[in-house]
Amino acid sequence: MKQLLVFIRKEFYHVFRDKRTLLIMFGLPVVQIVLFGFALTSEVKNITLTVIDQARDVNSAQIINKIKSSSYFIVDESALNYDEVTIAFKKGSAKCALIFPNGFGNDLQHTGEAPVQIITDGSDPNMAKTVVNYLTAILTAYQQETSAGGQLPYRIIPEQRMLYNEEGNGSLNFIPGVMALVLMLVCTALTSVAVVREKELGTMEILLVSPFKPLLVLLAKAVPYLALSLANFTLILVMAVFVLDVEIKGSILLLFLVSTLFIIACLSIGLMISNVTNSQQTALLLSMMGMMIPTLIFTGFMFPLENMPWIFRMIANAVPSRWYFLIIKAVMLKGLGFSYIWKEMAVLLGMTLVALSIALKNFKIRLS
Amino acid sequence: MNDKVIICEELTKRFGDFIAVNHISFDVRKGEIFGFLGANGAGKTTAMRILCGLSFPTSGKATVAGFDVYKQQESIKKNIGYMSQKFSLYENLTVVENIEFFGGVYGLSSAEIRRRSDRLVNKLGLTQEARKLVRSLPLGWKQKLAFSVAIFHDPQIVFLDEPTGGVDPITRRQFWDMIYEAAATGITVFVTTHYMDEAEYCNRITVMVDGKVEALDTPGNLKARYQAASMDEVFYQLARGAKRSAD
Repeated sequence: MKQLLVFIRKEFYHVFRDKRTLLIMFGLPVVQIVLFGFALTSEVKNITLTVIDQARDVNSAQIINKIKSSSYFIVDESALNYDEVTIAFKKGSAKCALIFPNGFGNDLQHTGEAPVQIITDGSDPNMAKTVVNYLTAILTAYQQETSAGGQLPYRIIPEQRMLYNEEGNGSLNFIPGVMALVLMLVCTALTSVAVVREKELGTMEILLVSPFKPLLVLLAKAVPYLALSLANFTLILVMAVFVLDVEIKGSILLLFLVSTLFIIACLSIGLMISNVTNSQQTALLLSMMGMMIPTLIFTGFMFPLENMPWIFRMIANAVPSRWYFLIIKAVMLKGLGFSYIWKEMAVLLGMTLVALSIALKNFKIRLS
Repeated sequence: MNDKVIICEELTKRFGDFIAVNHISFDVRKGEIFGFLGANGAGKTTAMRILCGLSFPTSGKATVAGFDVYKQQESIKKNIGYMSQKFSLYENLTVVENIEFFGGVYGLSSAEIRRRSDRLVNKLGLTQEARKLVRSLPLGWKQKLAFSVAIFHDPQIVFLDEPTGGVDPITRRQFWDMIYEAAATGITVFVTTHYMDEAEYCNRITVMVDGKVEALDTPGNLKARYQAASMDEVFYQLARGAKRSAD
C-alpha cells in the first residue's frame, strides 16, 4: 500500500511539472466552452435578407415592415433585379432573398392567393432551413392578421416551443458534448502517453524488474488522471452554470458518479492503447484520431444520430461518449433520476469492464 | 554451494523456431564481477531477462539468489537491482525524489530512505544538486546516480545491461570504481558490455555466440588460451564464427 502511495505521488510530480500538458488539460475545456458558447452558436440572428419588391403595393410593404421589426433579419432593398441577387449569391455576400412578384397585392386581394419566392443558400443547410422557417412564420402570421380583418374571432397562431430549452439557449446541447469530448481526450490521450513514456524512457523495465506489481503500475498511472479529470469536470460544470447560464436540473451527485464511470472507461481505453504501442507519438495519434473523431461524429451533439444510416447508428452505439452524452443530457438538462438512466449506465459499465480487462490482460502478457 | 548466487543449468529460451538462448550453464559466486559478452543478437539480453524474472525459460534450470526462476520470480525481484542501457531515472524528478521513489518501490521505510539518501547524496558529491531535476545533471553523473539507485536497497545481485553506453572514458573509469566498491561490500555484479577494456575489469567473463556460451574464464586465462594480447582479440576470434548478427 505504501508502495502504491509512493508511486502515485511520483505520478503527480510528473503531471504538475509538465506545464504544457496541464495547460492543454484545463485550457481545452475553457476554449471549447467559449467557442461553442459564443462563436459557434447555431441560432440565426441579424441575418441580411435581400428583398426585391416588384409589386410595390400595400401588402408587400406591410410584410417587409413586419420582417424589419423582427430581430432576425436586416433587410437589404438595394438589389433591383433577380440577376443582381444571383451574382450576390455567387459571391457569397447574400445568403437569402425574398422576392415579391408583380401584382402581389392585387392577386392576394382578388384571388386570396399570391406567390412569393424565398431563395436561400443551400451550401449552409442549417441556416437555410432556419431562414425558411422564420420567413414562413412571419408570412403565416401576416396572412392570418389580414384575413381575420376583425370579422373572425379566431386567429391561429403557430406556436413553436422547444422542450427543455424554451429560451433557445444553444449552450444546453453542447455542454454535455464538451464534457464528453474533453474527458475522452484528456483521459485517453494523457494516460496512454503516461504509460508509453515510461516504456520509451526505459524506466518501465526498471519498474518491471522491481517487486512492484505490474497491475499497480497501471493503477498508479490512472489515479492522478482520474483526480484531474474530476477537477476538469467540475471546471466545465462551473463554467456552464456561471458563464453560460445553464441550469443544472438533476442531482449533482449523480452527475459526478456518472462522470467517474465515464472517466474510468476512458482511462481503460487509454491503457488499452498504451499496450499496443511503444511510442508516445503513436499513442497520442491513436487516442486523438481514434477517439476524437468518433466522439465528434457519433456522440450526437454535432450531428443528429437519427438521420444517419443504420450502419453508422450501430457504430455510434459502440462509442462510449454517446452513452455518456445521453446520460448527462438526461440528468443535467431534464433533471431525470437514476431510474431513467440505469440502462445507459449499464452499457457504459459494460464497456468499461471490457476495456479494462483487455488492458490488464495484455499488460500481463507483455511480462512473460 | 552457498556462495553461488546465480546457478544456470542447460537454460534455454525458444521463440518459435528461434533458439535465443541455447542450453547455457554457468554459475556466479557471491561478490564476483561477472562479465557477460556477446555480439548483438547473441542472446545476452534474453538470458539476463530470464535471470531478472522478466521472462520464463523454455527449459533448463536456474536459481538467482537461491530462488527458482520459474516459481519465485517475486522473491528474485526483491533481491536484485537492475540498471539498463537506457537511462533509468526520471528526468523530471529531482535527485532526492528519484531516490525516494525507488527506495519506496522496494519497500524501504521512510526513515531508512532518508538516512540512506543523505549518505548517498554526500558520497556522490551531489549536495548542491539534491533538489534539482535529474534532467539538469551531466550524463556521467546521471549514470553514477542510476547505479547508486540500483543498489540503494542493498540487493544481493545487481544486473547492469550495458551501463556505460555513451559515457566518456574518464566517467567510465569512475563508474567501474563504483562497481568495485559495490562488489567489495558483497554485492554480486552481473554486467553486459560492448567495451572490451571493461571486460578486462571483470573477475570472470562469459562470451556468448549464437545463444551458446563459447568461453567462460578469467580475462587472463582467456587471453592465454587464445594467445591474444587483449580481450578484443579473444572476442574477435570467438565471435567471428557467429551466424547471427544484430537483433
